Amino acid sequence: MNDSKYLLLLFLPTALYYLIFEYGPMFGIVVAFKDYNTFAGVWASDWVGLKYFRIFLFENPDFLKLLRNTFLIGVYSLVWGFPAPIVLALFLNELRSNIFKRVVQTVSYLPHFISNVIIVSMIVMFLSPDGGLINKLIGLFGEEPIYFLSKSEMFRTIFVSSGIWQGVGWGTIIYLAALTSVDPHLYEAAELDGAGRWKKMIHVSLPGIVPIIIILLILNIGGLLGTGFEKVFLLYNPMLYETADIFSTYTYRVGLLQGNFSYATAIGVFNGVVGFVLIVLTNYIARKTRETSLW
Amino acid sequence: MRTKVGVFDVVNVMIMIGLIVVTLYPFWYMISVSLSDELAVMQGKVSLWPVDFTFGWYEQVFNDPRITIGYRNTIFYTTLGTAIALMVTSMGAFALSQKRMLFRKWIMLAIVFTILFGGGMIPSFLVVKELGILNTPWAMMLPGAVGTFNLLVFRTFFEELPEELFDAGRIDGLKDIGLFLRIVVPLSKPVYAAIGLFSAVGIWNNFYSAILYLRNPDLFPLTMILRDLIIKGTLDAEMATQATVGGDLVTTDALKFATIMVTMLPILLLYPFLQKYFVKGVMLGSIKG
Repeated sequence: MNDSKYLLLLFLPTALYYLIFEYGPMFGIVVAFKDYNTFAGVWASDWVGLKYFRIFLFENPDFLKLLRNTFLIGVYSLVWGFPAPIVLALFLNELRSNIFKRVVQTVSYLPHFISNVIIVSMIVMFLSPDGGLINKLIGLFGEEPIYFLSKSEMFRTIFVSSGIWQGVGWGTIIYLAALTSVDPHLYEAAELDGAGRWKKMIHVSLPGIVPIIIILLILNIGGLLGTGFEKVFLLYNPMLYETADIFSTYTYRVGLLQGNFSYATAIGVFNGVVGFVLIVLTNYIARKTRETSLW
Repeated sequence: MRTKVGVFDVVNVMIMIGLIVVTLYPFWYMISVSLSDELAVMQGKVSLWPVDFTFGWYEQVFNDPRITIGYRNTIFYTTLGTAIALMVTSMGAFALSQKRMLFRKWIMLAIVFTILFGGGMIPSFLVVKELGILNTPWAMMLPGAVGTFNLLVFRTFFEELPEELFDAGRIDGLKDIGLFLRIVVPLSKPVYAAIGLFSAVGIWNNFYSAILYLRNPDLFPLTMILRDLIIKGTLDAEMATQATVGGDLVTTDALKFATIMVTMLPILLLYPFLQKYFVKGVMLGSIKG
């Protein structure tokens, strides 16, 4: 029964997808080492070696700014955004009423389904200096309206806090699932030792989900430099480039708007490789120290 | 077994109510403004309920040809794209769920590797370009046809179907394709629903492919239209007012909010169904991650 020709036939479209749309671009990376010429195509263009990497790393005055922005947006999102669902899940887990718990969950998942375009539309409207909701609130305290989206020092705060609003509820799903598998005997034992609700949450519930926390942390650290193109792209404007411009948005401008494909690809590759190294590294550290890892 | 309600519970419930308010109020506010008269909005009278109730803004939105075209395009991309994604992904996942599958381990490894590393924006663009599907509807549907996460969810589900069913099918003379169509697909409706909703919402919300691959406004999905109408318009106007403070500028927030609501409507209406299936899908995916 080792005849799998029909299975291979069923697999064919998937195989084509991965070859064309996933591995195709990986081989397309050679463009970064060539002077891409639209008319000649990828293969006939001339090799230039590491020229574009050199230009980007050593001659581009924007390099440090981009590195800083990409890194900081990632780090802030991680530092503030990662613990949020854990805390929420722990508190949700303590709710007595199952109906109320389900209501909170249903409501808090909602923003996850809303597209970035809508989220950013809402942010832009709410932060608008004339009549935006937030500025109306500020006005109640007699303060002048703030032009949030022209102040580069505000960008990260806006990005990260709206990100938490979008994702905190959805992020709890996996932790809540993990919490259901914590051994009930542990809670009983803690109770006998005189632990209250808070103590039980900290000393039983939290340690119970540590393995899943670590796995998600590894994934998140690996994705640190992969901060979403979409939301930054939609939210930023030239006045915010100083803090908002990241590798991917820069790649878009250089590559698609200016048609500098080779240079833009080199920037993308740099970003991708650093991200890949980051995930392998964190996984290694996690395995050595906590004996929990992705692979 | 009722224990007494302590400080902890009170604080906890308050936090949760706070969360509900923070999550829902923005939507509530948008609905109220979009149903109010412009004058009331400009005077800042609207905060909780619509003032001088009107459907006028929604009529205006639906009369805008850009919105209509965007809607039509988005619906088209979503339905056809979801159908393609479900077909391709489930077929591939079924093949990978069978132990006889040739090179099964290697293929899985190659697939999982794509989660960690990819070619990036420009090489992907070049692939789409060289395929000749740039600036065509296919660019909105094919590059995302298979999601690795979805593939893994399907595979996990298929692996758990009892082997006896397949044996019974084989005795009746079914080959793999027959097994898949006659036995596996009918038994897997919940997964199809979950993954179908996943990809449908993904395509409905997709902006990335549009900004990268589409140039022709007649092909723009709703997300592109919305961005041009709201985000670009508002930001441009804001920068203009900042340059010339005091310049009179007519902002029709109500119209903009109505536009946002219209774009969001299908998701909001489907949401109660979505949510349940989604959570199931996520659970299924995380079992064997």
